[in-house]
Amino acid sequence: MNISTEISDRKMKQRLLKDKIFTNAMIFLAFLSGVPLFLILYQLAIKGYRQLNISFFFEEAPDTMEAMIAVANNEVIPGGIANGIVGTLIIVGLASLIAIPIGIICGTYLAENAEGKFAGLVRFIVDMLQGVPSIVLGVIGYIWIVKPVTNGFSALAGSVALSIMMLPSIVRSTEETLKMIPGTLKEAALSLGVPYHKVILKVILPTGISGILTGVILGISRIAGETAPLMLTALGSTVINTNITEPSSAVPLLVWEFYNDPNLVNMIWSASLFLLLLILGLNLSAKAIARKWKVQY
Amino acid sequence: MESTILKQEQMPTEQKYKENVVIKNPIEKIESPVLKIDDLSVSYGGDKYAIQNVSAGIAKNKITAIMGPSGCGKSTLLRAINRMHELYPNTHNKGGVYLGDENIYELNPIQLRRKIGMVFQRPNPFPTMSIYDNVIAGFNLNGIKLKRSEKDEIVEKSLREVALWDEVKDALHNRGTFLSGGQQQRLCIARALAYTPDIILLDEPTSALDPIATSKIEDLLVKLKKDFTIVLVTHNMSQAARISDYSMFMYLGELVEYGKTKQMFTTPKDKRTEEYLTGKFG
Repeated sequence: MNISTEISDRKMKQRLLKDKIFTNAMIFLAFLSGVPLFLILYQLAIKGYRQLNISFFFEEAPDTMEAMIAVANNEVIPGGIANGIVGTLIIVGLASLIAIPIGIICGTYLAENAEGKFAGLVRFIVDMLQGVPSIVLGVIGYIWIVKPVTNGFSALAGSVALSIMMLPSIVRSTEETLKMIPGTLKEAALSLGVPYHKVILKVILPTGISGILTGVILGISRIAGETAPLMLTALGSTVINTNITEPSSAVPLLVWEFYNDPNLVNMIWSASLFLLLLILGLNLSAKAIARKWKVQY
Repeated sequence: MESTILKQEQMPTEQKYKENVVIKNPIEKIESPVLKIDDLSVSYGGDKYAIQNVSAGIAKNKITAIMGPSGCGKSTLLRAINRMHELYPNTHNKGGVYLGDENIYELNPIQLRRKIGMVFQRPNPFPTMSIYDNVIAGFNLNGIKLKRSEKDEIVEKSLREVALWDEVKDALHNRGTFLSGGQQQRLCIARALAYTPDIILLDEPTSALDPIATSKIEDLLVKLKKDFTIVLVTHNMSQAARISDYSMFMYLGELVEYGKTKQMFTTPKDKRTEEYLTGKFG
């Protein structure tokens, strides 16, 4: 056996060069994936900032005629997206009311019965649910609520469709969070003679609050920008509507409507900017909560 | 067939319930024990028993140490006393444990655990609660309404009993998890005491602590025995020798020897005990 372990200088240099190229390529590609967000923000801000005034937040969407006259006179289109904002708040709020309790309890069950067969099945189904296309959820909302319950398009139908959509994120984040909590905490509570339901509600869930809230907020931010399910359920509305059994607008629906009306195209940018900032804000607050409310154990 | 016989055996007859329970083959006779372990076997599933046919009386207001090498069943025995071992699925037992004249396996575990408190290996204060709320947790979590003044009194008394009051009295409303390990463990003992249980079980309470914190806890346990009966699992022989009045030596799920600590450490009756105490195994 006479294997030389020597590496020639030339080869060594080549290797170092390859390393350098590889490292720099990594940095460049990492940078590249950060770029689109800023390009999008820049694009939306440049084109949309003129529309962002007080009335943008407090007035209903303009009609085609008003917008046409304003554009012809080179003025800012009057009106705003208040009907969309109110609609989004109601639809997303109601969806959260439905999905949060179910999701947290389900996630708790999965964490408490990590090995169980039924839990395994539920976990599998929830994972599958995550992959259901959003338009299909819209169809489901239509069949379940629009036709039999509200006899027409409604905010409620939109909420049901979106609640199904946000459920998996809440279930899985609750489960993952609770699994991290040491079992000794549960033992401590049980050894004080505390009944199981109080152990869960008063000790385990509060300890995992930051992780659970993070999942909830990410779930909300996921559905806040959804359009497809709402097209088949909430439909849209030109006026502010607070009755959940009536058709309702939402910010993403408005963007779609603006796109379809040549006179309102200029409103797309500001409405999109608003939606994007809302969702970015939700994501940032999720991160802040995860950090600040973290319980040390 | 066999299982039905077993069940009948497990169910104490009316008479047995009313009369004083007589322990089968007790190794050590304890005068008027507060707790009687009667021919207890515990399995975590299947036919394999983690402890087998253990009989012993636990002396009131004394410290009883359970010693033995890893896996000998000492923690299982301790947990069987307040039924914490039932947290694992598929556990089953034979025999009984009697608190006074009541078989604890016929009590509701929730009621039982209010009479028999427990302290664990690693300090485990509730991380979302303040020191104050941790001490009073047994009341709060069980929905027992107390006046503010009563709560204050219980908290101060319990924290004084564990010699933690002077160290934390100005920070009662800070999170318990900011305390040092030794302080946290004393807080956990205070939490168990606050409920004034008859018996306190401690599962290697000092194994995660440094020597100074350990000696504080040991002093504390010696002081506490005037008000409470203490059962302590330890794999630290010198700890058992220092603070316990009675010692059990367990090996492979069997209670090999049980007696006064002094006597066991000076003249052990069983060869296995002697070998363990002299460091030949374990």
